[in-house]
Amino acid sequence: MGNRCAVVGVGQTRYQTRRQDVSLAGLVREAALRALEDAGLTFADIDAVVIGKAPDLFEGVMMPEAYLADALGGAGKPVMRVHTAGSVGGSTALVGASLVQGGVHGRVLVVAFEKQSESNATWALSTHLPFNASLVVGAGGYFAPHIREYMRRSGAPDHIGTLVAVKDRLNALKNPYAHLRIPGISREMVESTPMLWEPIRYLETCPSSDGACAIVLAAEDKVTGTPAWIHGTAMRSEPIMLAGRDVVSPRAGRDCAADVYRQAGVTDPRREIDVAEVYVPFSWYEPMWLENLGFAAEGEGWKLTEAGCTALDGDTPWNASGGVLSSNPIGASGLIRFAEAALQVRGTAGEHQVEGVRLALGHAYGGGAQFFAMWIVGSSKP
Amino acid sequence: MPSEESPVATHVLEFPGGYTRTTGPVIGRFLTELRDRRLVGVRTAGGRVLVPPLEYDPDTGEPVTGEYVEVGPAGTVQAWAWVGSPRPGHPLDRPFAWALVKLDGADTALVHAVDAGSPKELRPGLRVRPRWRAATTGHITDIECFLPEVTSLVAPVRAEYRVMPGRALTRFLEGVRDGRFLGGRCAECAAVYVPYRVSCPACGSVVEEEVEVADTGTVTTYAINNLPDPRAPEVPFVSAYVLLDGADTPMIALIGGIPAHEVRQGMRVRAVWVPPEERTPSMTNVKWFEPTGEPDADLDDSIGGS
Repeated sequence: MGNRCAVVGVGQTRYQTRRQDVSLAGLVREAALRALEDAGLTFADIDAVVIGKAPDLFEGVMMPEAYLADALGGAGKPVMRVHTAGSVGGSTALVGASLVQGGVHGRVLVVAFEKQSESNATWALSTHLPFNASLVVGAGGYFAPHIREYMRRSGAPDHIGTLVAVKDRLNALKNPYAHLRIPGISREMVESTPMLWEPIRYLETCPSSDGACAIVLAAEDKVTGTPAWIHGTAMRSEPIMLAGRDVVSPRAGRDCAADVYRQAGVTDPRREIDVAEVYVPFSWYEPMWLENLGFAAEGEGWKLTEAGCTALDGDTPWNASGGVLSSNPIGASGLIRFAEAALQVRGTAGEHQVEGVRLALGHAYGGGAQFFAMWIVGSSKP
Repeated sequence: MPSEESPVATHVLEFPGGYTRTTGPVIGRFLTELRDRRLVGVRTAGGRVLVPPLEYDPDTGEPVTGEYVEVGPAGTVQAWAWVGSPRPGHPLDRPFAWALVKLDGADTALVHAVDAGSPKELRPGLRVRPRWRAATTGHITDIECFLPEVTSLVAPVRAEYRVMPGRALTRFLEGVRDGRFLGGRCAECAAVYVPYRVSCPACGSVVEEEVEVADTGTVTTYAINNLPDPRAPEVPFVSAYVLLDGADTPMIALIGGIPAHEVRQGMRVRAVWVPPEERTPSMTNVKWFEPTGEPDADLDDSIGGS
């Protein structure tokens, strides 16, 4: 795993449908300056900048990392961009961490963003190449069949997705940065919304958000402020078209979890991980990932959700921040999971803080559930 | 209520040439500055800046100071009323808002028209700037209206490519042109990939063996799409994973010939091809997949449901 590395600063923008008051540069600077302030640092203290975002077609700015380099204090420093689709926020944190763990840099600024309001993600994800039939389905249309297959295999009752949709939005009410803050959110409210891509209802879907998230990573001798220590990092990927590929519980996700648990010395994630921030853009992905990440046996994930185990006051809280279901600036969504895990072990998560967190999991996935990035952070040194 | 027979006549009261209204020194200064395209207010004894200026502090009745303060030209909308059907005497001939605009540096708001295009553009705090009339005369209408500040621009992006399908996809599309689905069998993995491809995504081997698979298969799973999109089929439409008989990878395909809510996992389907004279080397040759009427297949978890 290399040298010790810690998160020493976290900065987020408020996530909302449209941030019309700022440019792209202004948006990422808002998050970056907050992260630096949190760490008690300035741009001058940073050795390298790593930028992450989802496909360039979302904003129509090609290679935005080139345009944003100087806005993020990167002049004269190494600046690079990471791209692993929806998991990119997580991968960006891991690339930044590797630069510290490998002894290359002492302090790295990691920034991820999306400004979905500049175009339309469904359009950008469905480019309709020649020679293919036109079957524009977007992300919801892509994942809905996998959810249906999970429901068939596990025999989970229909209301499980509704429970997650309510639980994460209740948590979002405690998070001042969350996009969807729905007073009085209830099962009835979720169930009354239309099926967009059956079996996915409107309120079982993540919103389209503008926003940015930033973290400052530091080597052990460069730590300022309150550190969240990295105990393990892992990435895995798999081809989207692979004979026998299990899209309900992808092997890349299972392997990635096994790797990060091994590094952190975790053998029973449900007992040993105090809080998890897991990429759940459609509510049914909570039970699916509970199984894929080994928090529950195959076919049993929905039972944890149903029993309230993943609620803020449950024995294994998932997405205390409200998760992707409450805020989805796509490129930043993975980094928000990683940053929220760090906030939890630092004890600085605010109203959605889980008590006594020692170990936290940050998770992101992307593409056709084919890219995975995870880290485990702790309140004490590894 | 007058009856239909009640006599009606139009009567006009208009002083010939219009009233000559004296401004006094304070309003006069405001209008004189306006003619020079400047906006001024006057300071009260209490330190507030009144715009438009008055000769007295409206709160206390005391005279204002003689200090004129340049304000604006930008300001902030505090409140508004949308005028959807402008009348002949209105400042604009298209829908606009009457708004209370507090100019930068002022402590009071003035009423003016805001040309915002749509009521959706208006909100408290909207930043606006005046559009001046070409010829100014010292009248409040020297400002034709206020306009929202520029906060966004349209950036057209267009990339045009010539797409060539490559050797493997070309071979597959030749098959589709002839009403056949071609796949490739990996000698190492024994898996059959459809569409035909020249390298195995699992082991990287070169795929040498071409195989034809059936145009019948099984729906492993599906979504019912209810979101309309101009590029997609009419909603509700079913996008399904169809595992063709003889293939080891499913293809995403449209299901037709059956109401959306009657589609099932395990349902047996067959490709419906467009008539031979309409065929091109494209997947649009397949209109959709429709039920064969066979009994549903048992779904094996090992097929991945993908």
